[in-house]
Amino acid sequence: MRVGWPRAVLLVLRRDLVLAFRRGGEVVQPLAFFAVVSTLFPLALTPEMSRLRDIAPGVLWVAALLSSLLALEHLFRDDAQDRTLEQFAVSGQPLTALLLAKTMAHWLLTGLPLALIAPLVAVAYGVTLEAMPGIWLALVLGTITLSLVGAIGAGLTLGARRSGVLLSLLTLPLVIPIVIFGARATELAIQGETYAGPMYLLAALAVLSLTLAPLAATVAVRIGIE
Amino acid sequence: MDWTWFHRLGSPPHVYRIAGRLTPWFAWPAALLLAAGLYGGLVLAPPDYQQGDGFRIIYVHAPSAWLSLMIYSTMAISAGIGLIWRMKVAHAVAASCAGVGAWFTLVSLVTGMLWGKPMWGTYWVWDPRLTAQLILLFLYLGYMGLRQAFDDPQRADRASAVLAVVGVVNVPIIRYSVEWWNSIHQAPSVMKMERPSMPVDMLVPLLVMLLAFTLCFVAILLVRLRGEVLARERTASWVREVIAQ
Amino acid sequence: MREFLAMGGYAAFVWPAYAVTALAFLLSIWQARRAHRLALEAARRRLAMEEGEQS
Repeated sequence: MRVGWPRAVLLVLRRDLVLAFRRGGEVVQPLAFFAVVSTLFPLALTPEMSRLRDIAPGVLWVAALLSSLLALEHLFRDDAQDRTLEQFAVSGQPLTALLLAKTMAHWLLTGLPLALIAPLVAVAYGVTLEAMPGIWLALVLGTITLSLVGAIGAGLTLGARRSGVLLSLLTLPLVIPIVIFGARATELAIQGETYAGPMYLLAALAVLSLTLAPLAATVAVRIGIE
Repeated sequence: MDWTWFHRLGSPPHVYRIAGRLTPWFAWPAALLLAAGLYGGLVLAPPDYQQGDGFRIIYVHAPSAWLSLMIYSTMAISAGIGLIWRMKVAHAVAASCAGVGAWFTLVSLVTGMLWGKPMWGTYWVWDPRLTAQLILLFLYLGYMGLRQAFDDPQRADRASAVLAVVGVVNVPIIRYSVEWWNSIHQAPSVMKMERPSMPVDMLVPLLVMLLAFTLCFVAILLVRLRGEVLARERTASWVREVIAQ
Repeated sequence: MREFLAMGGYAAFVWPAYAVTALAFLLSIWQARRAHRLALEAARRRLAMEEGEQS
């Protein structure tokens, strides 16, 4: 029975989501990490709301970035180990599409939840409710790009020594533009000003990575499962 | 058009021999140009109107910065060639670029800091050019780290090649975002490390030093390339002839 | 000459900058030559081992 690639994509997406939910922890841990890191900054600096509101954009983005990075390690690793990725590669379905399905599953499990609970953290940093739509939009766009670019690093570090730290070291410089534009958009949203400029830039990055990053990730994974 | 010269570039023993023969042709002119550039920059060029003799750091800072970028591009291009056409020599060139490029980046950072201290009072400012150089250093270190993380040399070559190509596409985006970031937050530009319109007697030594640094890079690259090619081809028969010499 | 060394008061910055550059060049050259030498030695050793096995 010949399955068309859109259906294959949906199957892979569903599979990853179901597996993740079965393992429960995978879904919750990045969120918990995000919350813990966000708690550290007030403890390390000050409980003063006005100062916290100033650093809120930076804290939100760095914490979201680090949480996403933690989850990226598992993006391809488990499937590489049990040879599922090899099966994907020889299945006759376009590997790029299948890997993109896995990346989207990663985003749905990590990036999107982070974007959703970010307003809670923002409130803890003295941010008012009017800022939330802007914060939410910026994080959605940013985390999509993060997952896409992070997939490249995840593919490259398959079978590498000390892959966890290496993955972070490789990915962090590449995602600096996301942090710059995203944090600025967040900052503007918190201040109640228009954030269209950096938001458009963030959207442009998302579109660019949606078109290019999966190709690079596919090459990386092919190299990794040889 | 006779393309044999191009095809021979894919042959490791050929490249090994040529690299050895070419090295002096780059090393000696490099030394001469360095001497000329140093004399021109340190002695002949007049002191700057604003920065006095302190501006002379530009004669090592600017060439290093420029070269650090050029080497990264070279590394990415040869890595890409190695990836697409599966040429071992191209991968060897990319591997040879990494260390040199990282050194130049480090030099550009240190000299930039030493220039900054007397000019703006602090050793470090988050100005776009210094920050971009710092990120470039991270990119180099990531590339070298990825290479070392694999035992299989072929895997190391190909994975790091993908990283280099992805990196080189990212570099303009990163530089743009860093300048954008700086323009948002910065007061009127404190730092003027840019090339203000320089009088000729200041500019010429700079160009000489730039050329000298480039020739130095090529000479060092050729030496490294020989080592890389040799290390990758340890068991081939041409290696025996090389050792016998 | 002393004026030259003083670099208009900026000597503490200019000379270390040039020194660091020179040091980096020397280290890079040394690294490159060393890598080449090590590769040659490794090849020699392997060759000697192979010939040792053959005899």
